[in-house]
Amino acid sequence: MIKVLFFAQIKDVLGVSELVINADNIKTVSDIADEIAKDYPKWELVSNTQPCLCAVNQTLTDFSNPVKSGDEVAFFPPVTGG
Amino acid sequence: MDHISVQTENFSQADCYSLLHNPANTEAKYGAVVTFTGIVRDFSKTKSLKALELEQYPAMTKLAMQNLVSTAKVKFDIGYVVLIHRVGYLAANEQIVFVGVSSIHRKAAFDAAQFLMDRLKNDVPLWKKEIDINGNEQWVEAKDSDIKAGEKWSTD
Repeated sequence: MIKVLFFAQIKDVLGVSELVINADNIKTVSDIADEIAKDYPKWELVSNTQPCLCAVNQTLTDFSNPVKSGDEVAFFPPVTGG
Repeated sequence: MDHISVQTENFSQADCYSLLHNPANTEAKYGAVVTFTGIVRDFSKTKSLKALELEQYPAMTKLAMQNLVSTAKVKFDIGYVVLIHRVGYLAANEQIVFVGVSSIHRKAAFDAAQFLMDRLKNDVPLWKKEIDINGNEQWVEAKDSDIKAGEKWSTD
């Protein structure tokens, strides 16, 4: 299983902050995004309207990053701290 | 001594400064302390603001800040670093962020403080939501100028 987290605008648009998805057939962050799109039609809105960043196990990375069962994957908009 | 914190409560500049410069610590041979404090503005480009709500990715925020400080220590000839960011509900005019750096000579401390702020705005998972004086809420969009300021350090 893979733990998936959403933050800020992306969390608001999808209406969910956390999911657990089956790791079967998941090789990269991109595969997870495809799975989310199947269950959450609004995912298209997220990916079309703003850049979407991702982190695997609390490290910023890109959608081609490999993932495996037990990983934590987060999706969020560009950060605005400071 | 170094201090890195993500917290809801306010911080004291005097306490932060004493971590960076303690006259009793004769081991520390530093000749400069540079500090920056960020304050919540009560205005944006288009409206008057009552507050900010800061969201974070709890498992990653402090880790990302620790990584930034480690990078700064490799990149610049500096001593201690204090980096504090507040989260949660912050009313206008409250303190939101503190960066402090000590060094032997001032340039390294100025440069490292600038680096830490520029990169914090790109690498640390924090998101601001503006709350205006009528109670309307709106997420803050990342600014191109902040993204460019962060990127310039990766090509130096």
